[in-house]
This record gives sequence, C-alpha cells and structure tokens, in this order.
Amino acid sequence: MVSGTKIAITGGLLADPAQDAPTQGTLLIAGDTILASGAIDVPSDADVVDASDLVVAPGLVDLGVFRTDKPAFHFGGITRAALMPDQSSLLDDVGLIREATRNGKPDFWVHPIAAATRGLAGAEMAEIGLMQRAGAKAVGTGRSWIADSGVMHRVLSYASGLGLTVISHAEDAGLAGRAVATNGETATRLGLPAAPACAEAMAIARDIALVRETGAAIHFRLVTTRAGFDLIRAAKNEGLRVTCGISPAHLFLSDNAVSDYRTFARLSPPLRSEDDRKAALAAVADGTIDVITSSHDPRGPEDKRLPFADAAPGVAGAETLLALSLNLVRDGVIGINALMRLLSANPARILGVNAGSFAAGSPADVILVDPDAPWIVDSNRMAAAAGNTPFDKLPVQGRVRRVMKGGVFYG
Amino acid sequence: MPSDADAQAGQSRPANSGGKDAFPHRHLLSIAHLKPWEIRFLLDEAEHWVGVNRGAAQKHDDRLAGLTQINAFFENSTRTLLSFEIAGKRLGADVVNMHAATSSVKKGETLIDTAVTLNAMRADVIVIRHGSSGAVQLIADKVDCPVLNAGDGWHEHPTQALLDALTIRRRRGYIEGQIVTICGDVLHSRVARSNMLCLAALGAQVRVVAPPTLMPAAVECMGATAYTDFDAALHEADVVMMLRLQNERMDGAFIPSPREYHALYGLTPERLAKAKPDALVMHPGPMNRGVEITSGVADDPNRSAITEQVEMGVAVRMACLDVLTRSARGVEGW
Repeated sequence: MVSGTKIAITGGLLADPAQDAPTQGTLLIAGDTILASGAIDVPSDADVVDASDLVVAPGLVDLGVFRTDKPAFHFGGITRAALMPDQSSLLDDVGLIREATRNGKPDFWVHPIAAATRGLAGAEMAEIGLMQRAGAKAVGTGRSWIADSGVMHRVLSYASGLGLTVISHAEDAGLAGRAVATNGETATRLGLPAAPACAEAMAIARDIALVRETGAAIHFRLVTTRAGFDLIRAAKNEGLRVTCGISPAHLFLSDNAVSDYRTFARLSPPLRSEDDRKAALAAVADGTIDVITSSHDPRGPEDKRLPFADAAPGVAGAETLLALSLNLVRDGVIGINALMRLLSANPARILGVNAGSFAAGSPADVILVDPDAPWIVDSNRMAAAAGNTPFDKLPVQGRVRRVMKGGVFYG
Repeated sequence: MPSDADAQAGQSRPANSGGKDAFPHRHLLSIAHLKPWEIRFLLDEAEHWVGVNRGAAQKHDDRLAGLTQINAFFENSTRTLLSFEIAGKRLGADVVNMHAATSSVKKGETLIDTAVTLNAMRADVIVIRHGSSGAVQLIADKVDCPVLNAGDGWHEHPTQALLDALTIRRRRGYIEGQIVTICGDVLHSRVARSNMLCLAALGAQVRVVAPPTLMPAAVECMGATAYTDFDAALHEADVVMMLRLQNERMDGAFIPSPREYHALYGLTPERLAKAKPDALVMHPGPMNRGVEITSGVADDPNRSAITEQVEMGVAVRMACLDVLTRSARGVEGW
C-alpha cells in the first residue's frame, strides 16, 4: 500500500521512455512513488498540478559528471548523476563513496562511480566490492584509459562478478599522449599537440575484446568518432554487453570550435572532425548511442584562462544538456520518448538504479519541461559553479519549469 | 597595383591613404592574420632600416624615445631576445628584458596576472615569447599596448617569417614563383608555420619535407606541398630553408638517431647540388652542425644567407616596433 500525499500532474504530454510516442495524460504520484500514468482518472484526494503545454518526463539521470553542482542540475532537470571518481579526493575509498552518496540528498541523488584502480593509477584494483556496498553504482577508469590490458582484464572480470558495469574512457593512452586536440587542419594551424582520432577506436577495440573474453558489461562514457561507433554497433549486434554515451558538445561542435584557442571548447576526448560529428548524429538515430551526458565539469578562470594546452578540459554542461538535446527532436533525429531514454532510462539501467521510468513503483523523479521556451546561453549568468560553456550566446529552446525529486517539488 | 599573389588570394588591396590603412592591426600576433599587401608593407618598411643599420657607426634614430619596450621571454632565447633589444634601442626606446627564469612566473603566478602586471607598468610595446601556442594572444587581449609575438609554442613566429621573406627578396630579387623548400621538424616548428603562410601569401611555391613523424596533419592547409624525400623536394628549389632539430626529439621518439636523420635529411654540399645551382641556403639558428646542416654548406658565403637572416632580423623588428607604435606616438594618419 502506497501512502502519502497524492499528486496528479495533469494535462501534460507524457514522454514515457518505455513508450514509442508521447501521449496526453496524467501522472499520478503517491508519496515518493509513481502510482500510475496515462489516461487515468484523477482521484478526488489528489493535489492537481496543471502541466498544460508542458512535457512531463522522468528526471534526467546524468551518467558521468565531475562535480556535484546542485544549482546547475536543478536548472537542467537532472535529478540523479553518476559522479566520476576523479574528485580532489579520488573515489577509491569506502568512506569517500559513502560520503558522496549523502552529498545532495534529499533533492538530488548522487550515484558515485568507484575508481577501478587505487589512485586511478591503472595498476592495483581498488576495493570495488566494499565500495559497492557503500553505494557505488559502477566502476570507472576516470578521465584516463587503463593502458595495461592485464589490469583491465581483471577489472572487467572482477566487476562482472559483482554485477557492476565498468565505465571506460576510450582513448588509447599511448596514441593520445599529451595531445589536446584531434589531428587535422585546426590543430595544425594552431600548433597544438594533436593525436589521431583512431586513438578512440584503438581503445574501444581492445576493451571490446576483453568484454568478449570476460562477459562483463562496459559503458564507454564518451564515444565521438565514426570508427568508434562502428565498433560499438558491431559489438551490440554480436550481443555483447556494450553501451556508450556522448555529450552535446561532441554532438553539436566539431574541432574548428577551438579556433582562436577557445579553452571552453577544450574537451577530453577532444572535439573531432565534422565527419565524425555527423557519424555521431547517425549513431543517435540508429540507437548505437545509449546515453547523452552533460559531462558536467565546471571550471573557473584558474583552469580555463590559460594557454589552450595548459587549460583543463571540460565543460559546464548540466544547464544546457536538455535544451541542446532537444535539437535532436526538432531536427527529426529521434522522438521525444527516445530522447528521454538517452537522458534517463538508459543511464539508470546501466547504473542499476530504479529511475527513468513512469512504471508504477518507480521513484517520483519528474520534470515539467516547456520544450519550446527560448533562451540564450550566457556564460556570465549560469547557475553552475562556473560558466565554461562552449555554447555561450547560443539561442536554444527548452526549459525545465519544475523539478520533482522523490515526490517533492523543488523550485 | 595588386600583384599576382594578391589576385591569387582572391583579394584586392584597398585604396591606401598612406597611413593606418597600410597596416590596420594593433598587434603582430601571427602571419595568418595578415594580408599579402600588409606583409609587403612591413618588408618595405624594413628595407629602410637595413640601410640605416648598414650606414654610419651612429645608428640611432630616436623616434621611440621615451617609450618603454618590455621583452617578456617566458622561454629561453638568445638571438631573438638580443635582436629585439637591439632593434628597440636603435629606435631609442627604453628596453627592459623580463626572463621567466627569474620572474614570478616560476612562483606560480598565472599568465594573466603577469600580463596585468606588465600592463600596469605602462609598457608602450610588449614583445613576448612563450612556450604555449596561443599564449601571446591571451596576453594581448589583456593589455592596452601593442604586443609583438616573438614565438608562441608551435604556433607562429611572425618576425622570423618576415625576416626570412626579406632575406629571400633581397637575395633573389623577388618572392613570387620562387620554389622554397623547408626541411626539418615541421611538426613542432613555429618558424615553419609562419614561413609557410608568409611565403605562400607572397606567391612562392612552398614545399615542406620531413620524416612523416615530424610532419603535421593536413599541412596543405598552410599553403605548402608535403614531401618525405628530401632529394625530390630539392629538385629545382630556389631556396632551401633548414629547421633546427631539437635535441630532445633525437632520442628515438620521432627519429631513430641524429646520425640517421643526417643521412636522410641533412643538408650536405652533395644534396644541395640537387637544387638550383644558385639556390640560397637558410637556417633560423641556432644550428646543429653535422645534424641538419654541414659546415661546408652553412659557411659557404655564396650560398648561405644565414648571417644575413640575422641582420634582416634587426631591421624587420625595427620596422615592426615603429609601425605598431605609430598610433600611440601620434604619427599623422595613424
């Protein structure tokens, strides 16, 4: 018996990730749980929330952020985020994992990703099982790739025994070296250290071979090249437990965005060619890409107002995640329901958390979105801890009007 | 009259009233920002200073008297720093050198803080060398005075390209149609990047030759044709420009050994014979004798323009310092 106050969100367009197309309907919530959705009668004891002209969607689940930045997540409709292990105190320790899970509650939930190796050094396995008990929802290699294939083999097989997905960074360390850009005209003109784009496919190919060997589940957090998508597509067809994600920056920008040494466009992996970007859009359309992540990494001037190669990579992406992703719907690449799979249901499934769903019994994490509301991205006026967005001054559409976490509206 | 090179670039030179139209830039950060006629304007200005420098023992021209020139070198340099210092002093400027090794940069001060500090000292022109591509532009955006790029990372070294162009123009008479072969570590070379852009803008046929490990991707975008075979690249060449190979790149990472590099890419008298009989030999210095160039070639007064490059360097830098400070000095039309 579900108890608590009943809330009926009525009149909105339900973008249920489990459905193929949005339907007009009601979402009924009791306490912190979803009771029912669709064409249902509104109980007389329910508080009614009018969602006319709005899209009702599950709260976004952001698979792979570097900072718990609640104002930005609230703005962006993100109700849960998987926190990368690359913190100032690396998440390779039970105590730090436990602390991370508490950070943000009740209105925001953090799902920490346990460091696969001690100090993320890529050598000795960290206490993955104990960190899982403390709340870790996945195992990650962090910002870098595990170069030692023996170590990666053991990490994958050990994690699979615990039912944890390994979240890998797909850049061959030897090829990438200290590169800050992708080999090509822009890097040559600017005189930037650059690596061939195949550094990504190299890393993915090896990790897929190890997945085939171990039966483990792997998620490549950011895949950005045509060759990378081809490998993922083939692995999926083979039935391997392989998933991948991408960020809006990699979907909507190519490497010429770093012209003039714009450090806000310095990313890891770096921005790619226009051909790779088009391949990314196709990979969204055909379902090769499972997740869109903000990869939220707010960085102040001390990290960004530097010569390009000395600047830290990363974008403050949480606020723009939904608005930019909605371009995929407007451009006809995918429908709104499929988008919500990429932004909530799929990342929740990969993390093994009950979220991203309107099914009865799901947690009441819900956002009300005005999909057409226009606004302009302004790096000087962001909710995030820093305004390092490569989309500064870009007009976008789509704004989150209300965020519900666990049955309670915040803002 | 627009030259063929301008026409090739699809650009016609605007009517020039004689003042700022000839060079409408506040800074000199890169060759990539310049139009062909702006490059030629700087070369023409430099010609004047060649004459002055070669003239009487008294070389002073005090047009920059009272102005402060700061040479902020975040990377070691001997000849470029000296060249800028001499250029500034011959124009009468108060020249101050700031070496990164002895500055607060080593103490962790950010580049921006350093720029703001230099600006607060009311410099009238700042000359900057830095090890990171784009660093000079970053500083230029934060200061009120003209900034001259004396080399930023692998990006550009515009005054080097100007002095090389001036050397070629004086020795060969013109630049258009000249086949210029640039050989060496193109990948890590700001000299190569600026020279490719500058010479291509002036109508030369630019060839670059390097082992593939030292060749940037898509180098054709810089206006050059890529070669890996030195002999093929030398065929019919009018100018052979050798680049310095840094010691740290000789250890097996990019080339197997200095010995092998010399065998494949070293400029010897025998190799030079593949170029035109009167081909000019150039090197930005300092040379690794016996690695990229043999002494027999470097010291041949009929072929080598290496010391002349150094001489042109002072003249070009005087021209740049003069032109960039005209607005602040209230020169009519600027």
